[in-house]
Amino acid sequence: MTINRREFIEGAGLVAGGVMAAGVLDAIPAEAGNLTVAPVQVTAVVNGQPRGMTVEPRTTLLDALREQLHLTGTKKGCDRGECGACTVLVQERRVLSCMSLAVMQEGKRITTIEGLQRDGKLHPLQAAFIQHDGFQCGFCTSGQIMSGVGLIEEARAGWPSAATADVTKPFTLADLTGAEIRERMSGNLCRCACYPNIVAAVSTAAAEV
Amino acid sequence: MHAFTISRVVDARNAIAMHDSDPRSAFIAGGTDLIGLMKDRATLPARLLDINGFPGMAAVDARPDGSLLIGALARMSDVAAHPVVRQRFPVITEGLLFAASGQLRNMASIGGNIMQRTRCAYFRDGDGLPCNKRAPGSGCSALHGLNRSHAIFGWSESCVATHPSDLAVALTALDATVHVRGLHGDRVIAFSEFHRLPGDTPEKDNVLERGDLIVGIEVPASVEARASHYLKVRDRQSYEFALVSTAAAVAIDGRTIQSVRLAMGGVAHRPWRLAAAETALRGLSLDDGPRLKATIATSFSDARTLAHNAFKVELAQRCALRALQTAGARV
Repeated sequence: MTINRREFIEGAGLVAGGVMAAGVLDAIPAEAGNLTVAPVQVTAVVNGQPRGMTVEPRTTLLDALREQLHLTGTKKGCDRGECGACTVLVQERRVLSCMSLAVMQEGKRITTIEGLQRDGKLHPLQAAFIQHDGFQCGFCTSGQIMSGVGLIEEARAGWPSAATADVTKPFTLADLTGAEIRERMSGNLCRCACYPNIVAAVSTAAAEV
Repeated sequence: MHAFTISRVVDARNAIAMHDSDPRSAFIAGGTDLIGLMKDRATLPARLLDINGFPGMAAVDARPDGSLLIGALARMSDVAAHPVVRQRFPVITEGLLFAASGQLRNMASIGGNIMQRTRCAYFRDGDGLPCNKRAPGSGCSALHGLNRSHAIFGWSESCVATHPSDLAVALTALDATVHVRGLHGDRVIAFSEFHRLPGDTPEKDNVLERGDLIVGIEVPASVEARASHYLKVRDRQSYEFALVSTAAAVAIDGRTIQSVRLAMGGVAHRPWRLAAAETALRGLSLDDGPRLKATIATSFSDARTLAHNAFKVELAQRCALRALQTAGARV
């Protein structure tokens, strides 16, 4: 089976030439772990600014944000997609950066906790977390807030949830009860168990945003 | 994670040829299952083929004949929120919303969802215990180990794992089909034949071969789909896999069942239709709980429990009953 390299997307694509080289493609190792992969250059729009990152294909978006761009507000909790501490927005949607490959983010708009404030003023959800004591140790907080920001937009767009009594009916922000917020925030764990205050903060911000 | 290369492919023909020619390659879309498997070293692909750039494969098409064509690259959250899916196929929306978390649903593709691998801890943990899915021929640690979450139908001595997808259960109930593009052209696979029972080859979850790419899922129009419901029973209320679940879809005349589809999750290596019960439930009243439950029980005569999961037989029957009655209330 011969693969024509021109049939790949190159250059403007997600993968730089080094990885695309025919030699690498043809030399698949018998065992994993002994493959040497050249670093790849990726550019994404992070918090409104184009930012270049040099990553291996296996580098997660989480590690790239923290170690390449020094945006350490995004936290590594479980690194397995279970705790939500690494939540960021990609193309305005909340996602888990620990389960995303940095190399797949070429050209994407990424928002981290560092990018929420506007002109020195906290995002309404950041302010609401302070107002409602939505955190104790603070380790999960950036993920909680990014998840809450995404959640409010999802609710505004009319998305139902598993807590919605009847998914066949329209959903509006007015239907965003405490039970709805708890269900929609279930992907974010807080070992200090600030959950009631987190729900209150999201509820307050949803009414303001 | 181990080292690998990644190539972005935007043409299905190329992706299929590459996947076929290289047994160490894997497609990646949302990556939510694949990256977890790689971190757990349950799969170690040398080359990822990023298929997210395929044109037109992320659409949800509600067709004039009432059927639905869901592109394989559509994200769980988009399908769940689609107005036609919500109104005419609520069991699909509910199956999606009761799975994973908001973040994961924004990432995970529909094609990847039905390709998810089991959550059996002996498969996932990689702590060196035997697992025939991880290392064929090594044995099954769950058979005589901790098997509370494992199968009660269709298991073999080789594997007692269950399939984790909620969506797959809903699609099985609705007689959906999987549209697959392969080396030798397109084909359509009935959902009930897509996932396999473990037999002697539990490492194969489904009937796909190298070079096969899921391009979409078709859900036929049906009267039953409108009155449908997904009920999931789990150890915690949210963000957890099913102990048992039921997708129910029903057509009724007054309170009398005309036809019904019941599929269960958490009980077998694939979504499990209660075929005998579906036939026997016709003509019964939705209000006759005891009779409905006794009839549902006829589909459990071939259940075989393990040391820790005997509770699933009763739980599953109650789950099926409540899902059926809730679906019936949607008419």
